[in-house]
Amino acid sequence: MEKILSRFAPAQKELISILHAVQAEYGYIPKEAIAGISRFLRISEGEIFGVLTFYKGFSIEPHGKFLITVCLGTACHVRGGANIAAELERRLMIKAGATTPDRKFTLATVNCLGCCAIGPVVVVNGTYHARVTLKKVEGILAECRDPE
Amino acid sequence: MDRLTHPSQVHEWNTRILAGRPPHGKTVVISSGTCGQASGSLGIIEAFADEIAKRGLKDVISVKVTGCHGFCELEPNIIIYPDGIFYKKLEPRQVPSIIDLTLLEDRIIPALVPVDVVNGIKYPFQKDIPFYRKQLRWLTESNFRIDPTSIEDYVAQDGYRAVARVLGGMTAEDVIAEVKASGLRGRGGAGFPTGAKWALCRASVSERKHIICNADEGDPGAYMDRSLLEGNPHSVIEGMIIGAYAIGGTSQGFIYVRKEYPLAVKHLGIALDAAREAGLLGGDILGTGFDFDIRIVQGAGAFVSGEETSLMASIEGRRAFPRQRPPYPTEHGLWGRPTNINNVETWANIPLIIYRGRDWFARTGTEKSKGTKIFSLVGKINNTGLVEVPMGISLREIVFDIGGGIKDGKRFKAVQTGGPSGGCIPAEMMDLPIDYDTLARAGSIVGSGGMIVMDEDTCMVDVARFFLRFTQEESCGKCVPCRVGTRQMEEILTRITEGKGEQGDIERLEKLAKTVKQGSLCGLGQTAPNPVLTTLRYFRSEYEAHIHAKNCPAHVCKALIAYVIEPDKCVGCLLCRKNCPVGAIRGELKKTHIVDQALCIKCGVCFEVCPRKIRAVVRVSARETEKR
Repeated sequence: MEKILSRFAPAQKELISILHAVQAEYGYIPKEAIAGISRFLRISEGEIFGVLTFYKGFSIEPHGKFLITVCLGTACHVRGGANIAAELERRLMIKAGATTPDRKFTLATVNCLGCCAIGPVVVVNGTYHARVTLKKVEGILAECRDPE
Repeated sequence: MDRLTHPSQVHEWNTRILAGRPPHGKTVVISSGTCGQASGSLGIIEAFADEIAKRGLKDVISVKVTGCHGFCELEPNIIIYPDGIFYKKLEPRQVPSIIDLTLLEDRIIPALVPVDVVNGIKYPFQKDIPFYRKQLRWLTESNFRIDPTSIEDYVAQDGYRAVARVLGGMTAEDVIAEVKASGLRGRGGAGFPTGAKWALCRASVSERKHIICNADEGDPGAYMDRSLLEGNPHSVIEGMIIGAYAIGGTSQGFIYVRKEYPLAVKHLGIALDAAREAGLLGGDILGTGFDFDIRIVQGAGAFVSGEETSLMASIEGRRAFPRQRPPYPTEHGLWGRPTNINNVETWANIPLIIYRGRDWFARTGTEKSKGTKIFSLVGKINNTGLVEVPMGISLREIVFDIGGGIKDGKRFKAVQTGGPSGGCIPAEMMDLPIDYDTLARAGSIVGSGGMIVMDEDTCMVDVARFFLRFTQEESCGKCVPCRVGTRQMEEILTRITEGKGEQGDIERLEKLAKTVKQGSLCGLGQTAPNPVLTTLRYFRSEYEAHIHAKNCPAHVCKALIAYVIEPDKCVGCLLCRKNCPVGAIRGELKKTHIVDQALCIKCGVCFEVCPRKIRAVVRVSARETEKR
């Protein structure tokens, strides 16, 4: 934490950049980090909590081993993106936004990844899957199950 | 390289780079933006690198990795220069034969050449492909030629000459006059004249000012800014340097990029470092005593932060709440200082205007909308991709001549422009010339340039509900009309799509829309009702069908449809039965299958897997199955 903070000036304008750095390091924003940032920037923990929960890009919980993000932008929507999300929800038995009890999968949705031409798009831990169909969903999940 | 210490040295640098490049030899240009990478461009790059190294062809063939070429449908694609041969949808295993035949023997491989969907003709050369032929690629042409991580590539394409001209002898007033006379209007959506905005900011008295590049491209369906930043980041940086000089008192600029664009952030970072090293950013730019630098700020996933006052709150490290305007940012912006904010595409136009001249720029376009505009053509269209066209082109030309018409021979229904702030333009208005003013009259907006094409299988009520869900979710909650109004509208729309619509719902929607439009604090709320209002204006009968007949004419709304198997078409192949996740399909091999409506969850898998030649699974109105 000290190491992360040392890269920034103690000014409020750095708050979002600091949160990005913390999330990149831990995969989420741990409680202790909020306290550390609060001392460093001299702003209240409450305000930091307010800012970080305002933005969808930050999470206060660690996500599962595989983060599956389904794009629900307009182009993906008209090509059936919502059905893909529903199918993933059904197979993983969780709602979008949740993590499976074994902490293996987190299912998230996003309102556009900006690669609309190849929709519907599903991203698994940074790997993009283009033109996803209901049939492809099983394969995408199977890939996640393979040993790394 | 050494720092440039005089504006004239940009020209010398350009000459030096061009002289140092081999006049002959072949270059393979690989399109590798985010779309390209998602489609497998990295494997192609690796295959070329391996093969060229293995055969010792380094001096004969060079490989250039660029941003996206716009024809996303055919990714991963390559262009082989000098001839401009275009190969589509490549796989790494095809690379050795491309080297053998095309690069070493000048033979075209017919199987890799794109076929036009309309006339069935194969077009081996990029410039002949109908998708490109009607475009006017002022900004996006460079994506064919520039490795975004190389400042030399940009300089070789006359990059930074506009900055050299400005710092070499133009006054700030000259620059603003030039931008004003070009007629350039903001490409972020509202179309405010750029030169006028700069003049306002210049006139604001303050010791410190800021300029911002808005790259928080949040409109779902629009991604031209991502493509520009990934493919040609220096053009945006050059535009900002010129803007900073013209506005005066600005030593710090910001580029606010959404976090969903990691590749854009990476390329921008590399470009900023290179520009600093070359003396084009930082202190004493080109030895003229002018100081200016740019910092990247990453967004964190909030659509509202694309609104200018919210964006500034976000840069300040706060929640992205908008605030009342006026005062406008040009007077009272970032940390209360005068701030000029323009969108990515606007900034990228600036070097062109300065270098090629305002008259050249203003010759293209309509009376009140000049230059080109990049649109992202997506949805139910054959040639999806980014298209750059002159302002004033008709929707018909974009959808049919460039876009190649509707997928699978379906009927064209509407185009949605301007994202959640825009509206749906029906097929009857195809010949409308596209510019800021005509689209506004049709109830929509140019907006950031998303064009989502919809066919007969798209339900307009569902589309309206989709956008309201979006704005409702993204509403920051600061003002009541937007926070509560969008929620109410979404609930009514959801009810209608679930077959629970009531008499009077349409009127309630219209009334709410008016309140949200007039009462909301920022652009998000003020424009949120547009998708509902335009679909009501042009597709009212679809709403009525949902409400009164409980029927979704496009067979989209799950509650109103059913999947059935047509007995005379079904061959009993078991495919749908095997794939049905809930075991709702009964039937044996070579015998007609039946969907058990009580078990069916309407996921649509059976519809998707039923072979195209057979098409026995069909969507019908749920009422019809009751009758059966």
